[in-house]
Amino acid sequence: MFYREAGQYKTTYAADMAIFPIRQDRFGVALILFVAFVIIPAFGGPFFLNTMMIPFLILSLAGIGLNLLTGYTDLLSLGTGAFMGVGAYACYKLETAFPQVNILVWIVTSGFVSAAVGVAFGLPSLRIKGFYLAVATLAAQFFLEWCFSRVPWLVNDNDSGAIEVPNATLFGVFVTGPNATPTTRYLVALTIVAALAWIASNIVHGRIGRMWMAVRDMDIAAQLIGIRLLNAKLLAFAVSSFIVGVAGALMVFLWLGAAEPAAFNIDLSFEILFIVIIGGLGSIVGAFFGATVMHLMPIALRALPPMVGLPIEAARVDQLTTMITGILIVVFLIAEPHGLARLWRTAKQKLRVWPFPY
Amino acid sequence: MKRSLLKSLVGGIALGLALPAGAALADDSIYVPLFTYRTGPFAGSGTPIADGMHDYLAMLNARDGGIGGVKLVVDECETGYDTKKGLECYDSVKPKNPVLVNPWSTGITLSLIPKAAVDKIPILSMAYGLSASAKGDVFPWVFNPPATYWDGLSEILKSAGGGSIEGLKGKTVGYLYFDAGFGKEPIPLFQTLAKEIGFSLKLYPVAAADMQNQSSKWLDIRRDKPDLLVMYGWGAMNPTAIKEAVKAEFPMDKFISIWWPNDADVAAAGDGAKGFRELNWHATGANFPALADIQKLVIGTGQSQTPKDEVGSVLYNRGVYNSVLIAEAIARAQAITGKKAVTGEDVRRGLENLDLDAARFKALGLENFAGPLKTTCLDHNSHSATFVQQWDGAKWVKASDPIGPDTARVRPLLDEAAANYAQKNAWPVRSEVCDNK
Amino acid sequence: MDLLHAVFVDPVAQMISAPDLLAQTVWEGFVAGVLYALIALGFVLIYKASGVFNFAQGIMMVFAALTLVGLAEKGVPAWIALGLTIAVMYGLAVGVERLVLRPLVNQPDIILLMATLGVTYFLIGFGELVFGGNPKSMITKELFLPSGAINLALFGGRVQLQKLDIAAAAIAIVMVAGLAVFFQKTRIGRALRAVADDHQAALSVGVSLDQIWVIVWFTAGVVALATGIFWGARSDVSFALQVVSLKALPVLILGGLTSVPGAIVGGLIIGVGEKLGEFYWGPLLGGGIESWLAYIIALVFLLFRPQGLFGEKIIERI
Repeated sequence: MFYREAGQYKTTYAADMAIFPIRQDRFGVALILFVAFVIIPAFGGPFFLNTMMIPFLILSLAGIGLNLLTGYTDLLSLGTGAFMGVGAYACYKLETAFPQVNILVWIVTSGFVSAAVGVAFGLPSLRIKGFYLAVATLAAQFFLEWCFSRVPWLVNDNDSGAIEVPNATLFGVFVTGPNATPTTRYLVALTIVAALAWIASNIVHGRIGRMWMAVRDMDIAAQLIGIRLLNAKLLAFAVSSFIVGVAGALMVFLWLGAAEPAAFNIDLSFEILFIVIIGGLGSIVGAFFGATVMHLMPIALRALPPMVGLPIEAARVDQLTTMITGILIVVFLIAEPHGLARLWRTAKQKLRVWPFPY
Repeated sequence: MKRSLLKSLVGGIALGLALPAGAALADDSIYVPLFTYRTGPFAGSGTPIADGMHDYLAMLNARDGGIGGVKLVVDECETGYDTKKGLECYDSVKPKNPVLVNPWSTGITLSLIPKAAVDKIPILSMAYGLSASAKGDVFPWVFNPPATYWDGLSEILKSAGGGSIEGLKGKTVGYLYFDAGFGKEPIPLFQTLAKEIGFSLKLYPVAAADMQNQSSKWLDIRRDKPDLLVMYGWGAMNPTAIKEAVKAEFPMDKFISIWWPNDADVAAAGDGAKGFRELNWHATGANFPALADIQKLVIGTGQSQTPKDEVGSVLYNRGVYNSVLIAEAIARAQAITGKKAVTGEDVRRGLENLDLDAARFKALGLENFAGPLKTTCLDHNSHSATFVQQWDGAKWVKASDPIGPDTARVRPLLDEAAANYAQKNAWPVRSEVCDNK
Repeated sequence: MDLLHAVFVDPVAQMISAPDLLAQTVWEGFVAGVLYALIALGFVLIYKASGVFNFAQGIMMVFAALTLVGLAEKGVPAWIALGLTIAVMYGLAVGVERLVLRPLVNQPDIILLMATLGVTYFLIGFGELVFGGNPKSMITKELFLPSGAINLALFGGRVQLQKLDIAAAAIAIVMVAGLAVFFQKTRIGRALRAVADDHQAALSVGVSLDQIWVIVWFTAGVVALATGIFWGARSDVSFALQVVSLKALPVLILGGLTSVPGAIVGGLIIGVGEKLGEFYWGPLLGGGIESWLAYIIALVFLLFRPQGLFGEKIIERI
C-alpha cells in the first residue's frame, strides 16, 4: 500500500539499474541518514555512542570489506583481523611520522597499505580454494600478528609494545584522542563508513561487481567468458583489504584509543566473518544487520539482567551471553541460511504487495 | 538498514538514558567498580584476584558500614582480559561516577590512561600497567603502587646476584615472558643492564596462543643453560611453565618469577615444584584479623563466591591488598576534603597521599601484612621493597629480607620513558594541585 | 654471506654438534605432532562423513576434559567419571545432530562451518557456567597414566622421554588402528564410508544418515576426550587450550581434509617441522615463529598440491 512502485516509470537503463530504484527506498535512505547524522548525535548518550554506535559502524565497515571478498567473490578469508591491524599500524606510523597532515587523510591512506598487503596474501588464491584458502589466510593472520608484536619499528619502539592515539584535530575540533567527544568521533566514523558503503555498493552494482560474482558462481566458466581470474581475485583482495584496513584504523583511532597486537587476533577475524554470514553473504546492507546481531545484541543481553533487577554475577551474565549468542547464531542460520539481508528482502517483497498479496 | 538502526536506536536510547538515570546514586554511597575476569583464558589468575578485591570491600560494608560511615557500592564488570570488553565496562560504569577504576589488564590500562584526566577518574593499576606512570608529575591520574615491573626486575636481579646486580657479571640470564605489553616492558631495562654489567641475555617469548604449548622454549632453555631464568607470566602460562621446568629438571634455585604465579599454579606441578621462588610484597596465609572478618562476615554469610581454601593464596591476598589501597585512598580523600561521599577527583588526591605504615596496617587488622607504602604527588608508586618467597610443597615461605629496587639504575629509564610518552602523545602538563606538605 | 651462513650453515652445525638436543627436539615435535594429529583426526572424521568443517573440535576437546575433571572434583570415581564423560559426549553428538545438522542439511559448507562456530560459543559459555573458568589439573593418577621420565643416554648427551608422552603416542596409535579396523571391517564402518563417498547413493541403499552422523560426532567426541586428557596432563585443563587446537588446521590442510593417514602424517610433519624451525631458525627472527611457521609450511605444500598430501584430487567440472 505504502510501498509500491506503481506509477514510477523507468525510461533509461541507468534508472532501472539504480541502487534504489523505488522512490520509497530513496525516502527510507534519506530518513536513515537523517536519523544517523542528526537525531543520534543530538540525543545519544556517551555510552550509546562510544560503546554501541561507533563500534557498530566500524564492525559494519569491516563486514562490508570482507563481504566483497567472501560474499561477492567466494574467497573465504580468516585474516580479516590482521588486515585491520595492518590498517591501524600503517595509520599510526604515518600519523607519527607526519603529524602535520590531517589524521583523516592518513586513515584513508592506510587503507592502501592494507590493500597492498592483502594482494600479497591473496596470491595463493589463484591456486587454492575453499577451506584450503581459509587456512592460507590464517597464515596471514598469524604472521602479521607476529609482526605486530615482534617488529619494534611498527610501534616506534614503545616499551609497552602498544600503539597510542595522539590528539588530532579537524577544523580546530578534536577528532581523535581522549579530548574528542563521542559525538565528534561518531560523526567522523559515520561519514567515512557511509562514504565507503556507498562506494562499495556502486562497485558491486557495476562491471567489477559482476565480474566478481561471475567468478564466485563458477570461476572456470568465468574464465571461459573472458574474465581474467588473476585480476578479478586480486582486485577483490585489494578492495576488500582497503576497506578492512580503513576499518582497522578507525577502530584504533576512534574507538580503542590504544591497541596491543592482541586487539587484532583471530577472534576479531571470526567476529567479522560472523557479521558477514549472519547478515547475508553478498549484501552490503547485510553487514549492518550482522553487526547488530554480533555487537549490539550481546551488549543488550548483558545490560538486561541489571535492568530487570536480577541479581546475577557479572561473570555469569557473560557466560550466559556467550551461550545465548551461540544459540542465536545457530537459530539464525536455521531460520535463514542466506542471512538477515534475505529476510529483509523477503519482507520488502511482502510489503510491496500488501495488503493484496494475490 | 532501517530496521537495524531502529532496533539499535530503541535499545540504545533505552540504555543510554536508563543507565545514568538508574545510577543516580544517593549521596550516601561511594561507587567502586571492579573490572574482573572470571572467564576466558586468564580466568585462572583473574578469579582469585576478583574474589579478594570483592570480599575485602564487602567486609568493610558488613563490619563498618562502609568507609567513614558511607556505604560502598561494589560492582563487578566482566572484562575477560579483553580490551574491547574492558572499554565497554569503562563506558558503562562512567555515568555512575566511579571514584576509581582497576583495569587489571595492561592492555585496558593503556587505553584508559589518556581518558583518566579528561573523565576525572583515577586509575589504580597495582603493580602492572605502564611503568612510567609511576611519575605523578607526568601522570597525575594514574597510580601503580607498590612497585613497577622495572623495580621488580632490578629486585630479582639483585637477589640473584647476591645483593647487587654486579654479581651477575659474566653469567647467562634467560627471560621467559608473556609476549604482550606486560612481558615486553622490562626488556629495555634488561638490555641496558646486560650491556652495563656484562651478562648475556636470552629472550624466550611465549605468545598468547602458545601459553600451553611451550616445549620449544624449554628446549631453548636446555640448550642455553641459563644461570638464572626470570619469568614474567600470566594466566595459563604460569602453571605450564612451572610444569615444563619440573619436566626439564631445570633447577628451581635458578628459576625466579615476578609476583604473579598463584598457589594453584605451583601446586599443579606437584612435588617437583618445591623450591620455586617468586617476588611478593605482602604476606600469604589467612592468619590476619581482617581476613578472619572476611571469612566470618562475607564468606560465612554466603555473600561471596570464594571457595574456603582460596583465602590466603597469593592472588587472593593480592586482591585484598588492592582493595586495601582503594579503601585507604577513599579514607584519605575523606580526611583531606572533609566530604563523606567523595568523587573521583577527591580519591585522586587520596591516592596521592597514601601512607600505610606498620601502625596503620595493624589498625586495619593486617599487622605485618605488607611493608610500608607512601605515595606523593611526584611518586605514584613508592617503589617499595619486595621479598622472595619460596614454595615448600604446600605453602609459601619467606626466603629473603626485603630487597629494594636499584633506584640508581631504574630511575633514569623511568624518567626517559615518561618523557618519551609525554612527547609522543603531546601530553598535557600537570595542572592538578598537590596536597603533600 | 653472514646471512647465508646463519640460515644454512649455523643451524646444521648446531644439530651436528649437539645430536642429543636434536633428538630431543625431534621427540618434542613428534609428541606435539601426535596431539595435533589427534585433533585433526576429529576434524577429518566429521568432514568425511558429513562435509562439515567442524570448528568446534577444539572446544569439544576442552569441554570433554573439563567434564571429566569437573566430575572427578565433585567426588565421582575416575572410571565412572570417564564413563559419564563419554555419555556426555554421546549426548552432545545427538544434540548437535538433532538441533544443528538436521535442520541445516544441504546448506552450503560455509553455513555449516558457521553453525559449528555457534556450537563453539555455546560450549564455551556452557562449560564456564557449569565448571567455572579456573584451570583444573588433569586426574592423571586416577586414570593410571604414568608420570616421570625415561632418561636415555644417547649421542653423548641425554634424551628425556616423558612417560606420559609415550602413553599419549601409544594410545594415539591404538586409536588410529582401532578406527581403521572399525572403518574397514564393521557394518557401520562400511556405511560410514558409503556416506563419505556419496550421501544420496548411501541414502538410497538404506543407510541412515542421521545415525551415521551421530556416530561420527560421537567418535570425534571420544577422540577429543583422549586429546584433552593428554594435553590437559601436559599443562592444565583450561579454556586457553582451545587456541592450541587451531594448530590442527594446517595439519588438516597438509594432510588433506578427507584423509585419516593424512591427518597423522600431516600432524607429524607440522609438529616436528615447527619445533625444529623454532629451535634452530627461530632465534634469527627473534623467536616465537612457531605461531605461524606451521601455516607457512602448509601453504608451501598447498601451492604444489592444492588438495593436500593425501586429499582426493579436486576435479573441476563446468
